[in-house]
Amino acid sequence: MFGHSGQAHGRRGLLALLLLALLEGGTAPAGANEQPLRVAVAANFLPVAERLSTRFTRQTGTPLRLVSGSTGKLYAQIVHGAPFDLFLAADEARPRRLVEEGRARGAPFLYATGTLVLWSPRPGLVDQTGGVLAEGGFSRLAMANPRLAPYGRAARETLQALGLWSRLRSRIVRGENIAQAFHFVVSGNAELGFVAASQLLSRGEEGSRWVVPERLYSPILQAGVVLTAHPAAGRFVHFIRCGEGREIVREGGYRVAADPAC
Amino acid sequence: MLSGADLAALQVTLRLALITTLILLLLGTPLAWWLARSRAWFRPVVEAVVALPLVLPPTVLGFYLLILLGPEGALGGLVTALGGRPLAFTFSGLVIGSVLYSLPFVVQPLQTAFSTLDRRLLEASATLRAPPFDRFVSVVVPLSRSGFITAAVLGFAHTVGEFGVVLMIGGNIPGETQVLSIAIYDHVEALEYTSAHWLAGGLLLLSFLLLLTVYLVNRRWSVAHP
Repeated sequence: MFGHSGQAHGRRGLLALLLLALLEGGTAPAGANEQPLRVAVAANFLPVAERLSTRFTRQTGTPLRLVSGSTGKLYAQIVHGAPFDLFLAADEARPRRLVEEGRARGAPFLYATGTLVLWSPRPGLVDQTGGVLAEGGFSRLAMANPRLAPYGRAARETLQALGLWSRLRSRIVRGENIAQAFHFVVSGNAELGFVAASQLLSRGEEGSRWVVPERLYSPILQAGVVLTAHPAAGRFVHFIRCGEGREIVREGGYRVAADPAC
Repeated sequence: MLSGADLAALQVTLRLALITTLILLLLGTPLAWWLARSRAWFRPVVEAVVALPLVLPPTVLGFYLLILLGPEGALGGLVTALGGRPLAFTFSGLVIGSVLYSLPFVVQPLQTAFSTLDRRLLEASATLRAPPFDRFVSVVVPLSRSGFITAAVLGFAHTVGEFGVVLMIGGNIPGETQVLSIAIYDHVEALEYTSAHWLAGGLLLLSFLLLLTVYLVNRRWSVAHP
């Protein structure tokens, strides 16, 4: 009987140790330098951010942890205390608001300017002038949710500028972010959609496309902001704005302006 | 208070839940009857399939539905070939998704009700030469009343509470596929807490009242028929 309870004790002790080990592994930093840099990334920028992350980690040894979503959703998460060190948004407004609310460190910085593309995997569906929108030879047009995603906002502005917003409204399917909108089109569930140039580039997509002229929508100025005192945050920002990262961003399908901070 | 889009979402949600529940009662009743009475070796297989939506993440269902309903999918391709619109991002697509998603919530209470029926009553009505359908309507249905009510309310409530599947196959179209749960999600993400509160609070109350109905009905029934 005693032996029995001793065994039970031993087993319970082992279980407790195991639990402790699991908890420890999850929370305790192995060393300040190895604490990964947690970056909230607007969905359109994720493929490029992954490339940036690989290169940066190879150079500095600091691992990155990327979390992607719509800019609006990530903003809401940060407001509610999500543990991100850096926010790479798809607009300027939300990083600026975080600074105004005292949730950020330092000023927002511009890291890329995005390009909106009307795209279909079907060759010949989208013409060089976007006339397909007025002709209406499709049943579903995908875009990101304009309330949450800057690329969705740009898509809505484009349709409004063309005077087609109210006519096409019932055919629009809204992805929760630009990645979902892209997936709707890639999977063939929507014939065409407003996507980011960077998404097409990163997957080497063919099909037919219309690069939406910039006069039809207000520019997609993608800004970022540092949120914590993580030692690697500043270095990573410098890497994107001035270092090798800049070229990766450009190759990824974005415009990068000359940065006075470099 | 509630904007036009919110009211539209409410209407879509109620319509979806109502249609789904009716379809499920029609399809689920014979299925549950068979499950309750059959001794076929593959009955456990069917039972497991019916129970799958209970354990699968909605994303699994949503993913396969998107493939199935899409223009290249089996069902979507068939509908397109027959001259219809692809089913993804349509109200009909949501109905198909909801029927699958809420299936166990209707079938299981019915199966339980059917398997606890007193067989002697059925045999008695058979000896009175009542035809099978008549026996079912005038003997089985009244005796399984609480099972039917539970099944209908749970099927309805579970469809109202659907989120993941709709997020994946709905496309968030106001007035067509934007349901309450999605509208709440949008409000929260956009930090529009007042609107979110109205919808979320309303849904909380509605769900509570629905469940309360189930428990009250079941209690009254068991008190009246111990």
